[in-house]
This record gives sequence, structure tokens and C-alpha cells, in this order.
Amino acid sequence: MYQVNEKGYYGSFGGAYIPEMLYPNVEELRLCYLDIMNDAGFKTEFDNLLRDYVGRPSPLYLASRLSAHYRMKIYLKREDLNHTGAHKINNTLGQILLAKRLGKKRIIAETGAGQHGVATATVCALMGLECIVYMGEVDIDRQAPNVARMKLLGATVIPALCGSRTLKDATNEAIRDWINNPIDTHYIIGSVVGPHPYPDMVARFQSVISAEIRAQLLSHEGRETPDYVLACVGGGSNAAGAFYHFLNDESVKLIAVEAAGKGIDTGHSAATMVLGKPGIIHGSKTMLMQTSDGQITEPYSISAGLDYPGVGPVHAHLFKSGRASFVSVTDDEALAAAFLCCKLEGIIPALESAHALAHLEKMKANETDVVVLNLSGRGDKDLATYMKHQNL
Amino acid sequence: MNRITELFKRKNAILSVYFTAGFPALKDTVPVIESLSAAGVDLIEIGIPFSDPLADGPVIQHSSELALRNGMTLRLLFEQLKDIRRSIQAPLLFMGYLNPVLQFGVEAFCIQAQEVGIDGVIIPDLPFSEYVEEYEAMFTKYGIINIFLITPQTSEARIRLIDEHSKGFIYMVSAASTTGAKAGVTAVQSDYFARVRAMNLRNPLLIGFGISDNETFANACAYANGAIIGSAYIRALEQGTDVQTSTARFVQSILTN
Repeated sequence: MYQVNEKGYYGSFGGAYIPEMLYPNVEELRLCYLDIMNDAGFKTEFDNLLRDYVGRPSPLYLASRLSAHYRMKIYLKREDLNHTGAHKINNTLGQILLAKRLGKKRIIAETGAGQHGVATATVCALMGLECIVYMGEVDIDRQAPNVARMKLLGATVIPALCGSRTLKDATNEAIRDWINNPIDTHYIIGSVVGPHPYPDMVARFQSVISAEIRAQLLSHEGRETPDYVLACVGGGSNAAGAFYHFLNDESVKLIAVEAAGKGIDTGHSAATMVLGKPGIIHGSKTMLMQTSDGQITEPYSISAGLDYPGVGPVHAHLFKSGRASFVSVTDDEALAAAFLCCKLEGIIPALESAHALAHLEKMKANETDVVVLNLSGRGDKDLATYMKHQNL
Repeated sequence: MNRITELFKRKNAILSVYFTAGFPALKDTVPVIESLSAAGVDLIEIGIPFSDPLADGPVIQHSSELALRNGMTLRLLFEQLKDIRRSIQAPLLFMGYLNPVLQFGVEAFCIQAQEVGIDGVIIPDLPFSEYVEEYEAMFTKYGIINIFLITPQTSEARIRLIDEHSKGFIYMVSAASTTGAKAGVTAVQSDYFARVRAMNLRNPLLIGFGISDNETFANACAYANGAIIGSAYIRALEQGTDVQTSTARFVQSILTN
């Protein structure tokens, strides 16, 4: 009911709104992604690399000082401890194994915060494939350490110079590259966005997060399901992975946290569910921030990874169906939550994940409620921003 | 009979030119159409500017960005075009992306397009299957032809399917690329053109992407019923002094052998 249907839709969202130039590539992927992913050899290779290279399973950690502070039982799913520092590698590893089976020689990717770019550059180095990463010029400036990492790993980083020069524009450039290189190139999309089958494929690769949460919670709490699962949403891949195996457990409350930027009504926001309406972006029908003329609005968030005017179609469906609640958190609230997490838990979270942390403050949970928060990434890349705002 | 169909019955070596509405200046939409028509262009494609034109290269991206900055909207475009059929006989096409059309309302869009005298549309991100299932009946009701693209990677079976649902012509994209690609017809491309021509499709073919001067235009005409020029004309408008002179010069340079 919450999964993609055979036509590539989640309810009324999704589909594959792509120019004919991309049809053969996307169709090839659509026809074979499930067969490849279900192949025993593929599964073994993927699982082994997740364990030995990424370091999975990532811990499910009972954050006792945060729990005492907020008076609820808070578990952090430590995706920040993965190799490359975020959940992104789960997907890039899966897709690179898939690209190899498709015989592709060249990998392209878009990146916002740089986490997906680094994760892509990493697996390309691992597999010896050429890697080109498109990144908005604005993001290149605010995420310099990740740009350096990608280059060190052998990737070519190409700045996107159009529009708001952030994630949306980097994605446009990656799609244009794919149009121009239809034979030998695989596009590793970093989130549950893009034309079908990407949203479903990426969600499946990220679903390892919730599969592990179930098993780990069973050993910690004697039950597989928490009362709440909390995750930040830009495109929505970490949330899709954290929600995946709980979608049909209606007792589990799913909370997705969007970036309100400077505030919902300030004109500087990325809260798509509040500010958007149905539209088409990057090949998918979904909730979209846009003008009345149908031009895509330039979003804003302090966090480059949440700075996206659309959202994965699965989330648009979870929003519309009411299965998940969507809330939003401002830049300042996210910063304050990041600083609190540093102080109480000794964990420097990514700015993206700090948005999920900030919502804890607003939750009305009982002291005995079990809350699993997906700590999607670590904050090394955000040090410059944190240092600039330290006196808040 | 639709003006597009009528044009292909009557003429070969058809020159179709694309421009972005509201570029270089907001008020240039109608003067550009009139200059193109006066210069002898057979078919005119009016680009509806979009913030995120995925299938376009840098030249058309830039013209779209400027047009939007100038204040162009789909609503304003219909307003500008309301008397266009008083002066222009040539077939007129809209070329634009799906989202602005969706926000305008698909039926409202078809009604207004028919009212101002638009003959057809090219919407690159409206996929074939979605068109057939969701939009074909509506477009047909208002006499709007939807033009499909094929590329060197489109399978023969799919080309047949597209041909079955096409009216007017089929837009044969010359190479796997965004618009404004490097000019020239390579051996691979001529194989592809010859292969498609040998299929004896119901619909005529126009070649587009990478057509920029009289040589590439003449080459394309050797394989198809004509060709489409976009980025090269936008560049000419950008570099020229006034719309009339730039257009006349540009079109003459294409048609002169």
C-alpha cells in the first residue's frame, strides 16, 4: 500500500517524466533492477561489502543523556559511523554493483552536501570506475572538505553554475550528462528521487537501516517496533530507509523533518510539504516548491543536503495518505540541537541530522516511549558552519 | 486540415526554427515570429521558458533564464499571441516542459492554444505512455498535435509505436545529446537517418539538435523532410542588434547554398 506499483507510482506520485533521450537507459534499469537485486550472488557481494567495507550493522545506541533531557527513550541509529560518514554509502555501493553488472564504465552523480558525492567517489575508487560528480557552485563553497575528499578519491567535480547553484541544479547537470552519454554511463542518484525505478531502487538499498533497527531493537527492548521513527528529509533517502520496514506497522509513528530554513514564511525555506504542490521535478511527479506559473522555486536551508525544492514521491504519498507526519525545523533550531547533541552525547551530527534532533524538543511523547532517530551523518563537513554559529 | 500536415503535403526541405518566448526582450515574442515568417521560415517553434530545462544545452538554458527574468509566463504568452493569426499563416508549435502546462491546467492550456491558433506542442518530458493514457484524448479534442521525439537509441518497435500515435511529423533527434550540440552529420548519424527513413513511416521526419548552418541544414534535408534549428538562432539573436535584421540575416544564411 505504501510501496511503488507496477507503473512506478506511489499513489498519484512518481512515474518517469523523462525525455525520450533517457528512455532506453531508464527502461533498461526498470526491467532488470529487481532481478539483479534479488540475485543470490549480488546479495552476497552487497552484504559482504556492507559488513566489511562500510562497517555494518551500524549501532543502535541508547542515548541516555539525551533521553533524560527530553524525558523519552531515545535511540540513535548511528549511520554517522558508516564509512564516509553517512547513510549515502548504502545506496552507492548497491548501485555501483548494479552498474557493473550492466557493463557500465562511467559513473555520474549529483551531490548537495557532498556526502553522496564522496560516497560515490569512494565506491568508484573501490571498483576502478571513472567518476564525475556535479555539485552546485554554492555548495562547493560551503562544503569544501567534501570537495577535497572527492578529488582525493579520484573523482572529477564539475560545478553547476545555473539557477540557485545548489542540489537541484547539480541534478539537472547530471541528467544532461546522462542524455549526452547514454551508452556507457550509469547515473547514481543519491536520493529517493528521479524517474521510476530510482525512488524504489534507492529505498531498497537504504532499507538495510530499518531492517537492522528491527533486529537491534528486539535485543535492546524485546520488541521489534518502536513508538516513533524520526528522520530528516531533503530528497528523503535516509528517511525512506529508516521507515521502510515499518510502513505496514501502523502503530509506529513516522515523523519526517523538513528544513524550514529561516522560517516557513520568510521566502527562505525548503519545507516542501508546507510550501509545495504537486508538480514535476527530475522526472518524478511529487510535491514541489514552485511559482503559480509552474517555475521551480529556489529553496533555502543552512543544510546543503536538505536544500531541495522537491521530495521523493514515496514521501509525497506518505504525506498525502497521512502515514507519516511532516514537520519542519529552522536553521537556528537545528544548530541548537546539534550543539546540544555534542554536549550531551559527544556526537557531532551532520546539519541534516540535526534537523531530526531538533524536533525532539517539540515532541509530546511519554517517558516510556521508544523513539528511534536516524542519525544520518556526522558533522565533520559542517565544522565551518558550526564554528561560525557557535555563540548562538 | 491541420496547418502542419498541410505544410508537409505542399513542401519539402522544411526549415523549422525555435526561439524562446520573451527573449531577448519580453516584447520580442511577436516581432520574432513575424520576422521568422517574413524571412521564409516554414514552421515556427515558440519556446515556453522553464526554470529547469533538462533536455536543453547552455544556450537555450540561458535564453530561458533571461526570458523568465524578463517576466515571461505562460499566461502572458497567450496574451501576447492573441492576435498572432491576423498576421501569420505558418504553422506554430509550442515547445516547453510539462510542469508549467500542468500548473496552468492541461485542458485550459489546450483551449487557449487552440484559441490563439497553435497547431501542436513538443513537450520533451511528457513520456509517450503517459501521453497516450492521460492526455491524447484531450489534445485531440482541441486539435492540438503532440510531436514525439525519437533518438538513435530508440528501438524499431518503439519507433513504429510512436509513428502510430503521431500526427504532423516525428522529431528525429540527431544524436544522443541536449540541444545546441556540436554540428555535423557523422557516419553513425547517417546510418541512423537512413535506417529510420527505410522504415517508411506514416509521418514525415524533421531532424533536430546540432543543426546550425546551411551545410548541416542541407545534409539533414538529404535524409529527412527538413530540419529544426534552435540554439544557433538564439545565439544570432543574442549577438545581433535588432530582431528583424538578425533574423533576416540568419535565415538567409541557412537557405543560401
